[in-house]
Amino acid sequence: MESAAISGGGREVLSRSPLARLPDRALRFALTLLAALILALIVYFFVRLVGQARPAFAHEGVFGFVFNNDWNINAERFGALPLVVGTLITSALALLIGVPIALATALYTAELAHPRVRTPLTVLVELLAAVPSVVYGLWGILVLAPKLKGAEQWIADRLSWLPFIGGGSVTIPNYFVAGLILAIMILPIVSAISREVIATVPADHKEAALGLGATRWEMIRTAVLPYCRAGIVGGAMLGLGRAIGETIAVTIVIGDAPQLGSHLFGQGYTLAAVIANEFGEAQGVHRSALFAAGLVLFVLTLVVNGLARVLVRRASRGAAAPVLPTSVGGAVASAAATGA
Amino acid sequence: MSARVDMLDRFAVSPARRRTDRIARSLILAGTLIALVPLALIIYYLLKKGLGSWSSSFFTTDPTGNTFFRNESIGGIKSALLGTCEIVALAAAISVPAGVGVALWLVEYGRASRLAHVVRFFVDVLTGVPSIVFGLFIYIVLVVGTGSTFAGYKGSFALALLMLPIVIRSAEVILLLVPNALRESALALGAPRWRMIARVVLPTAAPGMVTGILLAVARAAGETAPLLFTAAYAKATTSSLGAFMNSLPVQIYNDVLSPTPRVEQRAWGAALTLVVLILLINLVARMFARRSRLA
Repeated sequence: MESAAISGGGREVLSRSPLARLPDRALRFALTLLAALILALIVYFFVRLVGQARPAFAHEGVFGFVFNNDWNINAERFGALPLVVGTLITSALALLIGVPIALATALYTAELAHPRVRTPLTVLVELLAAVPSVVYGLWGILVLAPKLKGAEQWIADRLSWLPFIGGGSVTIPNYFVAGLILAIMILPIVSAISREVIATVPADHKEAALGLGATRWEMIRTAVLPYCRAGIVGGAMLGLGRAIGETIAVTIVIGDAPQLGSHLFGQGYTLAAVIANEFGEAQGVHRSALFAAGLVLFVLTLVVNGLARVLVRRASRGAAAPVLPTSVGGAVASAAATGA
Repeated sequence: MSARVDMLDRFAVSPARRRTDRIARSLILAGTLIALVPLALIIYYLLKKGLGSWSSSFFTTDPTGNTFFRNESIGGIKSALLGTCEIVALAAAISVPAGVGVALWLVEYGRASRLAHVVRFFVDVLTGVPSIVFGLFIYIVLVVGTGSTFAGYKGSFALALLMLPIVIRSAEVILLLVPNALRESALALGAPRWRMIARVVLPTAAPGMVTGILLAVARAAGETAPLLFTAAYAKATTSSLGAFMNSLPVQIYNDVLSPTPRVEQRAWGAALTLVVLILLINLVARMFARRSRLA
């Protein structure tokens, strides 16, 4: 419009009539609306979830809901502490077992492995992410848990003097098996993020360490690990977020016992598992309490994931070059892995 | 000669350091091997227990619900297999246009604007939401909200929510890889922006985006939790997305909880089917990734 006012020169020829500009404006408007709609949808879901959870919070008090150790459907008591603690125990176990192994695979594929085995190894570890949750549950309860029972009982007997671990009699579904299954499930994501962060270590740093006479391990310890500490912690926290929210596999292998288990090899419950298991028959306040459990779960994963993203982003920003995808397949796979 | 050997000796790594190096490296290798053990075990048991229940009637009959009488068939997984395909297809039909649209907006219009940052943040939030919470969302809006009961299409909406952030994120990554020179050439030739997007950006990005979409589909196909209170469980095959609809993950979940060995057996067969299905989708996704000329 402005160009037309200047003169009848070349710009006029290039400018489009308002009608011809219409599809452009329409597309821009539609896409912006779509993006804004996603925001509105998330906010709307959150508000509705809070609304559904309110009766339970009114019944128990927000503090009471989270910290009362009393989940009794018949007595209409809904203190979710056993579920919160169950979620924390299983997730902590998952990190304890899963992160060192994930870090080892990441270090091996990124620094030690022969270039020819790198891709196959990466693909194999990513395959673990392709196995559905319910299949982990099936394998866990029908194969893993029964086979481990003997070993678990042996440990429980030997360590009977240790609180929380020893003493009790082992049940087939228990906290430990749930933690172990979760460790396997978070392995691919923690390993993928760690590998990406390790790849951002400048070759100069590593060559400098080797040039000063460091062995491979000393190079990893002095040049690689300090450089990507924040990113690895971020990756572990993304794994934690996954472990906290994982539902079906845990529901199958944890045993659905709504009280604080006395020891590691006893039955328990988690926030996600209680929803999956009880929602079908829940009425009234009970149903609201399950929505409240969902809300606590939602907020918990939100905080953990938010922190994790900040750490991972900072780690990749610290690098000389940002973590940019090197190939379409790798980029999409990692986007899907971290996104999923 | 001897002087050179002396020199080398001074640079040589002491036995203690060499030992530490060897131990650390073998621990790293051991960790890597341990990571592969569960994968091998799961595949082994899936094949060992699952293949046995595969038969033609396994794929062509619905579960009957008869688990008590030995002489009656418990049925197969027909309704679950078809149900999974229908629910996931509808979920993809919802999430792919929406997801690609948002990614297009982020890359072509939003860029580094404040709204774009907010949208990216919320997409990140969506990726972290546990899948069962998506089920709760849809339950509140489409089951409580409409005063009706479970239906296949409600399961699709729950899975679509789950797929959305994966589709947006992967499509965004691919769209960013499209060279700006291509966009500028199209605009310089006088193409309007929508035409540049439709005729240059999208075709260039398509194979790469298909990869992300298929990976999202593969993930949705294996999800149980969002379907429990949305599509629920049904025995009979139905083509109506408005009715209760069976799906492979939900049927496996139901069968695992049954104490009958025959039903456990069916669960293994169904699990093997589900894993094969997901691996096939993954394989196709990787083929598309290789075909993409970006990067």
